[in-house]
Amino acid sequence: MVNSEDVRKIAKLADIGVDDGEIEEFTSQCSEILTYFEMLDTLPQGKGVDRGLINIFREDEVTDSLSQEEALKNAKETENGYFKAPRVM
Amino acid sequence: MSKKLTFSISDTINAFITTIPEIEYTDGNLSGTTVAIKDNISTKGIETTCASKILRGYIPPYDAHVVSLLKSAGAAIVGKTNMDEFGMGTTTENSAFGPTLNPCDNNRVPGGSSGGSAAAIAAGYCDMALGSDTGGSIRCPAAFCGIVGLKPSYGRVSRYGLIAYANSLEQIGPMAKDVTGVSRLFSVIAGHDKRDSTSVDRPYTHTPDPSIKGLRIGLPSEFFGEGVDPKVADTVKQAISTLEKAGAEAVPCSMPSMSHALAAYYVICTSEASSNLARFDGIRYGPGGDLRKSWHEEFSDRRQERFGKEVRRRIILGTFSLAAGYFGRYYQKAQTARQMVRDDFTRLFKEVDLVAGPTMPSIAFKLKEKSDPLQMYLSDILTVPANLAGVPAISVPCGKVDGMPVGLQLIGKHFEDEKVIDAAFAYEQEAA
Repeated sequence: MVNSEDVRKIAKLADIGVDDGEIEEFTSQCSEILTYFEMLDTLPQGKGVDRGLINIFREDEVTDSLSQEEALKNAKETENGYFKAPRVM
Repeated sequence: MSKKLTFSISDTINAFITTIPEIEYTDGNLSGTTVAIKDNISTKGIETTCASKILRGYIPPYDAHVVSLLKSAGAAIVGKTNMDEFGMGTTTENSAFGPTLNPCDNNRVPGGSSGGSAAAIAAGYCDMALGSDTGGSIRCPAAFCGIVGLKPSYGRVSRYGLIAYANSLEQIGPMAKDVTGVSRLFSVIAGHDKRDSTSVDRPYTHTPDPSIKGLRIGLPSEFFGEGVDPKVADTVKQAISTLEKAGAEAVPCSMPSMSHALAAYYVICTSEASSNLARFDGIRYGPGGDLRKSWHEEFSDRRQERFGKEVRRRIILGTFSLAAGYFGRYYQKAQTARQMVRDDFTRLFKEVDLVAGPTMPSIAFKLKEKSDPLQMYLSDILTVPANLAGVPAISVPCGKVDGMPVGLQLIGKHFEDEKVIDAAFAYEQEAA
């Protein structure tokens, strides 16, 4: 179960804006879904997961990449060959 | 030699987001075959939106590996198909470009999330299409629209250029009117790609063979039980009888891990989505933003405005599942359940060659019929086990209920895609 404050906090963490009007809807839907997820509580913790994973390495060689022009092509705001972003501080 | 094709259709069911009116193609195994591409697969120079406002106007500077392979094989790429936004949905109603309609009944959904691809084939707009399948997104619309769709073994098709939603679950796969078409398209897209570190060197050079004498087909009771429309279950059981007449042996069995599979799937896919979709900030691609605001304010406002509700709901659920204090309760337990599904398949495949059941528990829903998210999620119960285990699964049309198509799902052992295709082909031949 989650309450509206939980949803607000999670939405803020994930940078997903939510309106006051949406909070109630998301809270009730997420609560219902998380209650369904609680069936996982009956399972043992940390049963070994066997995926047969192996590391994939490649030689550390210089290869072609997108040109600066191509990389910037889809950005709406650029300056001197850089992406222009909102201020962080 | 370069040739030209004109693609002109009246798309009355909204199957396409983008169409290409004049296509140049070359010689090759698929020379001149019209192929549509789901709009979450990158196409150089052609807008690729994932059916989302947040990617409107994005023109990829490179082709996905599968698209390069299709071009080399001479396929005529006719357009980009509609889908649930970022692949999140079971109906293709969650698209910023409006829903696709089911060509068999325009009041019903085509299934999702590759609904545009399935509908385009079923409507006769193109010969073949690529979809992607995270929890059934190729097989569900194939079943609802009456075509064939294959989710290949994980690793067999490169995901390079597929805009990621849940990497550990999703695979690009072929869709066509019949098994032969699916097999032809699969032979072009399967194989190793060093740019995808999960890609394996297992090319597909098989020709479908309908001789299935002695093939053992497991029928888990869970695939025919609670929640499955009895008329759909009966139709699929009749299809199994047809396979028995062709020489296969049906074996009753059980898959206890099914009880936890759906919850595990949704915890894992939303967790991976919350991480993957963090890259959509409107700065490097997409419609851009208001740079006068602060980073978090701008980022949050744009994502609210440009992501649909289902995408935002899944990001919230995934962020919650991965949050400190809940990780052990949700994500780690989901991994345990995932291993149980894999263990179940390993056990079953010691006794049988394939596992079979309905693809979907019902026929195609009416538009807007499933408005409650959890009810929608529950309809994926029969398709998600194959994604959790990474095993191949196909949906082949096997009759109708109330005038709508029903899909027979055949699931195989990892890398035994050929066997899955052969059994589907045998059914198709025997039922014809």
